[in-house]
Amino acid sequence: MSEIYIARSSAIAARLLAGEMMVMNSADSTFFTLNEVATAIWQAADGRTPLREIVREKVCAQFEIEPAQAQSDAEQFVAELSSHGILLVADHPLTPEASR
Amino acid sequence: MSLMAEIGQKAFNLGVPVAVHLDVTYRCNERCVHCYLDHDDHGEMTAAEIKGVLDQLAEAGVFFLSLSGGEVFMRRDFFEILEYARRLLFVVKIKTNAVMIGEAEARKLRALAIDTIQISVYSHRPAVHDAITKLPHSFERTIKAIKFLRDQGLRVNIANVLMTANYNDHLGVQKLAAELGVHYKLDPTITPMMDGDTSVLSLRVGREKLEEVFRNPALVPNQEEFCAPPKPPSKADLESYSCSAGHSFCYISPYGDVFPCVQFPLPSGNVRRQKFLDIWNHSPQLNEVRSVQIKDLPVCSSCSHASSCTRCPGLAYMEGSMRGPSTADCEKSFYRTGVPTANMERQGLSKPRSGLLQIQPVAISV
Repeated sequence: MSEIYIARSSAIAARLLAGEMMVMNSADSTFFTLNEVATAIWQAADGRTPLREIVREKVCAQFEIEPAQAQSDAEQFVAELSSHGILLVADHPLTPEASR
Repeated sequence: MSLMAEIGQKAFNLGVPVAVHLDVTYRCNERCVHCYLDHDDHGEMTAAEIKGVLDQLAEAGVFFLSLSGGEVFMRRDFFEILEYARRLLFVVKIKTNAVMIGEAEARKLRALAIDTIQISVYSHRPAVHDAITKLPHSFERTIKAIKFLRDQGLRVNIANVLMTANYNDHLGVQKLAAELGVHYKLDPTITPMMDGDTSVLSLRVGREKLEEVFRNPALVPNQEEFCAPPKPPSKADLESYSCSAGHSFCYISPYGDVFPCVQFPLPSGNVRRQKFLDIWNHSPQLNEVRSVQIKDLPVCSSCSHASSCTRCPGLAYMEGSMRGPSTADCEKSFYRTGVPTANMERQGLSKPRSGLLQIQPVAISV
């Protein structure tokens, strides 16, 4: 199975407020708040760490979530944010420029 | 409640400064007749100082950052500041007259994913606009810039300040905004000069014009609700606060001075001498502002408008006390509903005395 790499888009704005990440994409005025688990994935989206490793290290290790369920939820979350241009997704590591 | 409103309320409850207005300069290439600023540079912060402040603001939880002036593009290092702000992931809004924005600048703003660009347009008639800005051809240059920005897909808001010099033109500006495909906002705010000089208030629109604006469905869509008689204030109303100033919002001047709001000139600290969070958390002035609930207001707590008045504590402060009435908002409440305010009744007035008339921006949808 190929790896999934995720990186934050440079077009977004984001800030942590009381444990929840606020994310805004000015291009289409979409605004999200991410819960703690989604925030952990978001913060680890450096373009270099595979999603599977992020789920294992940042989700399963810190939250009591069953690994298969965590991976499935993470992929759904990534697909949704990707559809809004908030996360970049690739099957290879992303460059620092893309993930600035 | 929208998600955005929920975030605002959460930040308010937690005392997080989620929004900051930072003026990067007071210098300007226009000399607008109603402007409240001293345009001389008395030692504005360097780009390095501003970057240091931005680092602190990001750490403090600031998400929405408005950069304004003066004219922001008078700073040759403005793009350097902008780039830094975006690297820190702020939602950046810029207020500008846009006369220095060409196609290349518009492209750079787009690349930086600037959220909103608010541009002042005073009239759809070049001669009227230029007479207000005192800069020849400013209308032509501003409109050209709006087109560049729009063509880049940027969100542009035209802010139309309403005053005696342009009152009859607001419908023309609204139409112009629609033709340009940008948003329109009527802003009937005329602010006293920073040194306290109130002579610019003579440019305010008169009572008849104000009533006309309030009762124009094209400008105020929710007429019935907006002009309805006030509801008696509830316990929750009396335990609420006037606005977000000092609670989740503050203003920083080009000299590093921190105030509760751009319209609330109560010096509360200076980021050149203190850490922003120390000012935010410990300034006696900000703590005092935060302590004032509606029930603590000697006159306004007994006013029938207490639940719906847009009382501005900054304007009240400029009138003498942050706990006092803001005459401008008393007048606005009266002209909106026809019901006298407690402040008017205490003075034995059936109609407001002509005084400091200043009203908050009214957002207009087109």
